[in-house]
Amino acid sequence: MTTTTEPRDRLAPDRLDGSRVIHKAVGSRDDTWFDRLNVVFVVLIVLVIGYPLWFVVIASISDPLAVQSGKVWLWPVEITTAGYERVFGHSAIWIGYRNSIVYTVVGVAVHLALVLPCAYALSRRHMVGRTLVTWYILFTMLFSGGIIPTYLLVRNLGMLDTMWAVILPGAVGAWSILVGRAFFTQTVPEELGEAAKVDGASDLQTFVRIALPLSLPIIVTLGLFHGVGLWNEYFKALIYLSDRDKFPLQLVLRELLIVSQDPSAGGGAGQGGDAGSIVEQVRLAGLIKYAVMILASLPLLIIYPFLQRFFTQGVLIGSVKG
Amino acid sequence: MSALSPASEAPPTAPGPSGTAAVRPAPPSRRRRLRRGFAASWQLYLLAAPALIFFLVFNYVPMYGVQIAFKEFIATRGITGSPWTGLENFERFFSSFYFWRLLRNTLILSVYQLILFPLPIILALSLNELRSRIFKKFTQTLTYAPHFVSTVVVVGMLFAFLDPNTGLINHVLGLVGIDPIQFMQSPAWFRHLYVWSGVWQSLGWGTIIYLAALAGVNPELHQAAEVDGANRLQRIRHVNLPAIMPTVVILLILDFGSFMSVGFEKVLLMTNDLNAETADVIQTFVYETGLLQGQYSYAAAVGLFDSVINILLLITVNHLARRFSENSLW
Repeated sequence: MTTTTEPRDRLAPDRLDGSRVIHKAVGSRDDTWFDRLNVVFVVLIVLVIGYPLWFVVIASISDPLAVQSGKVWLWPVEITTAGYERVFGHSAIWIGYRNSIVYTVVGVAVHLALVLPCAYALSRRHMVGRTLVTWYILFTMLFSGGIIPTYLLVRNLGMLDTMWAVILPGAVGAWSILVGRAFFTQTVPEELGEAAKVDGASDLQTFVRIALPLSLPIIVTLGLFHGVGLWNEYFKALIYLSDRDKFPLQLVLRELLIVSQDPSAGGGAGQGGDAGSIVEQVRLAGLIKYAVMILASLPLLIIYPFLQRFFTQGVLIGSVKG
Repeated sequence: MSALSPASEAPPTAPGPSGTAAVRPAPPSRRRRLRRGFAASWQLYLLAAPALIFFLVFNYVPMYGVQIAFKEFIATRGITGSPWTGLENFERFFSSFYFWRLLRNTLILSVYQLILFPLPIILALSLNELRSRIFKKFTQTLTYAPHFVSTVVVVGMLFAFLDPNTGLINHVLGLVGIDPIQFMQSPAWFRHLYVWSGVWQSLGWGTIIYLAALAGVNPELHQAAEVDGANRLQRIRHVNLPAIMPTVVILLILDFGSFMSVGFEKVLLMTNDLNAETADVIQTFVYETGLLQGQYSYAAAVGLFDSVINILLLITVNHLARRFSENSLW
């Protein structure tokens, strides 16, 4: 491709310069080169970021032996769904999947129920002591007790080994409140609230009848951010849960993808001798690995391009100074 | 709630209902006005209450619990009932042989990450210059994707790709005659793997804010620069870059805010006995001594040391930013 376009391109700038000399006297030759280099740069970035994702996809549907011997790198080789079939038969993954869905849904509901009313209240200028309350919330961004005191608290509350240990700590964050507050300040202007008050509506009624019906965008934005966080969370589950039936997906994945790789567990490589079982073991581990990565990431990767607008919005509102 | 008298609380009451405009500006009247103000906004407090209680329980109670760092925690007596030991836990940490190793590993990892902060800026400036809308949109969508992949999967991918026998990378190295490298077990590789897999994951996502700032640049500035004979690079340098500078400064300060905490959940997944020499950071140490070995007081002290340094850094950087760039968090 480069060989055919190269000579023509070398002519093109001259012709362009000749014909558009009046409009673009300066810089157009530089511009063309700049654009080309820029496109090359962006294409490189796309390849570097996209390739690992692409590789996981093709590896998940290729014959594991071909993957492990390095034959798969651009296209799937000897397409098979064996990896996915194997995953479907692995009950821990499905329990994890179910748990993750439950934790995410309940967690998002709790998050919204706590954040929205508070954010609305703080967006009202007539709230007495608003500054003080805002600082009360902002301070939690600056300083935290740390893992140990939080762990002891969760233990004292009797939440160890329950889903609440995963959901409740961190269910409200200063960031979400600030984002929500910015949204309500803009969407339900103080004057609108005042007008409702003149008509005899209380603050509670104004929140339920006026603010809430308008808050779909912020519900989606906050819900998505919190939901993604919960879905991908493993650490809280790791420290608070010990019952395997309560493990979320990420914790199951951790065992499959990482703990199984621990060198101290003795990687079954170097032993050439008792082939059969070890080879099969490695084969299955390799087989299931990529399929599991896909299944765990797929829900989010499918959803986000359609909801990209909301994610972008969240980042932007969040960056506006509280 | 009793300390609501500071003068800063007076202004919010002022624009309240016009009926409350006091005749006498004397202190008692102000207090009454305040009380009336509360009476008028109790419903707002009702709305805010659940979240405020949550902050109290899950943020402020642990802050109060930090006192175990200065105590010898005895489970049966609880946090408040345990005997004080002063700075003993801190002294033990500072004089331990692993103190410098933990501090060094934490700092190097943080600085390494920090010096790469211009990468999303460069990508954003570059995306902003693309002429094709579709290509730009496609690139954005694709580069955001890794942000949604969980830490566990990302580290799982590292293990899979870098496996000495079956990993893609070592196959490629094999083609050019390099012997397999035990990447995930190597102290020399840990930092690079940690930081660059992080870049892979967050590069695209990091451009969002900058792209928005760039979209707000007045096109007339570009036209004026063009008339003055500035080429594309010069315009990027003198128009676009200054336009996003305030955003850059704020984000940089925020980066310092999490300086000492590094993404320790990821470090924890990547650590093993063989690479611990470079992978041990303060937070993973807190997790291991505190939650795995049950030395709560000692681990809390180490964690407190970490967050105090963090706050001092944040305050210092914010101060410097205010002094030299007019942009700061507060």
